[in-house]
Amino acid sequence: MLSVVIYISMFMFGISLLLNFYRLLRGPDAVDRILALDTLYINGLALLVVFGVLLNSRLFFEAALLIALFGFFSTVVLCKYLLRGDIIE
Amino acid sequence: MLMATWIEYGVAFFLLIGSAFALVGSIGLHRFPDFFMRLHGPAKATTLGVGCVLIASMLYFSTKDEGLHVHELLITLFLMLSAPVSAYMLAKAAVQQQVKTFNRKD
Amino acid sequence: MSRARWFAHPLGSFGLLMVWMLLVDDFSSVGHWLLGSFLAILIPRLTSTWWPSLPRIRSWKYLFVFIWHMLTDIIVANFQVARLAFKKIDDLQPRWVQVPCELEEDIAIFLLASAISLAPGTVAASVDRERSILTVHALHCEDEQALIAEIKRRYEQPLKEAFACSAL
Repeated sequence: MLSVVIYISMFMFGISLLLNFYRLLRGPDAVDRILALDTLYINGLALLVVFGVLLNSRLFFEAALLIALFGFFSTVVLCKYLLRGDIIE
Repeated sequence: MLMATWIEYGVAFFLLIGSAFALVGSIGLHRFPDFFMRLHGPAKATTLGVGCVLIASMLYFSTKDEGLHVHELLITLFLMLSAPVSAYMLAKAAVQQQVKTFNRKD
Repeated sequence: MSRARWFAHPLGSFGLLMVWMLLVDDFSSVGHWLLGSFLAILIPRLTSTWWPSLPRIRSWKYLFVFIWHMLTDIIVANFQVARLAFKKIDDLQPRWVQVPCELEEDIAIFLLASAISLAPGTVAASVDRERSILTVHALHCEDEQALIAEIKRRYEQPLKEAFACSAL
């Protein structure tokens, strides 16, 4: 029973990742793309945790924690880059 | 035996709730017409979406093996601390970049 | 050496110990408790020069009230916003709301802004320290005054009690 639910939930996360990716490609402004990346890494992290439950392995925790750390830092750094106004126009 | 089934139901419930909220957040990110409205999407994905998935994972690993395994709490805590900061930075960058805002047809 | 210097930040030390124990994910081994305590005492001492001065927590009860309000609001607001996400877009009323903020300590303002941002449907977009005004973007807001009153009653009041703000 549980594995069916895990597959359903992975399917839903896959759709969310596709929607976020679409926003990443399309997003009219740079800020939209950063926001899409932000959501993308959060959903990817959750997908990884679900995958860990499916494979019955606790090794995926470290990967998820690192994704959370680096995702946050990259979001902040990209925003800082925009705020400093180094982008032409 | 009965105990194990109930825990399995609990894990399944939290997984479904979490993925449903992450999906709704992403649909919001896809549908909303202007940046500041889209900013509300990830708030859902981080809070209840990832939160419920991590609760499911904690429940699963704590009951499967010997002993308590609650280290997913760290990810929840970190995301709860970092999500408002990144939302704040994004909003500041958007105000500075003067993104277009959506005007309602009245 | 006085006791106050040894434990520069008792809460910070406790938090570090807990993070260490969660990272190794093994609460039964004595060695990790020892190593964690060693790091938890050492790190706040070595970095105490760079710490900003933190306010005293006057009332733990109100801090827990604040956290309880935050968690329940996250769950309730998630369901509300989930409904909004499928509504027709022209029915939504996104709005900027200016919330006057009476808190003084940095950490209290940070907690208030975090609680506003974590609850779906509202995002704290800017903090004006001069005039102490929080600018909040609401996804769907019909009554501006009601939202401000809600934020002040549910979040600001417990925080004010918890951090002993003088501006009461």
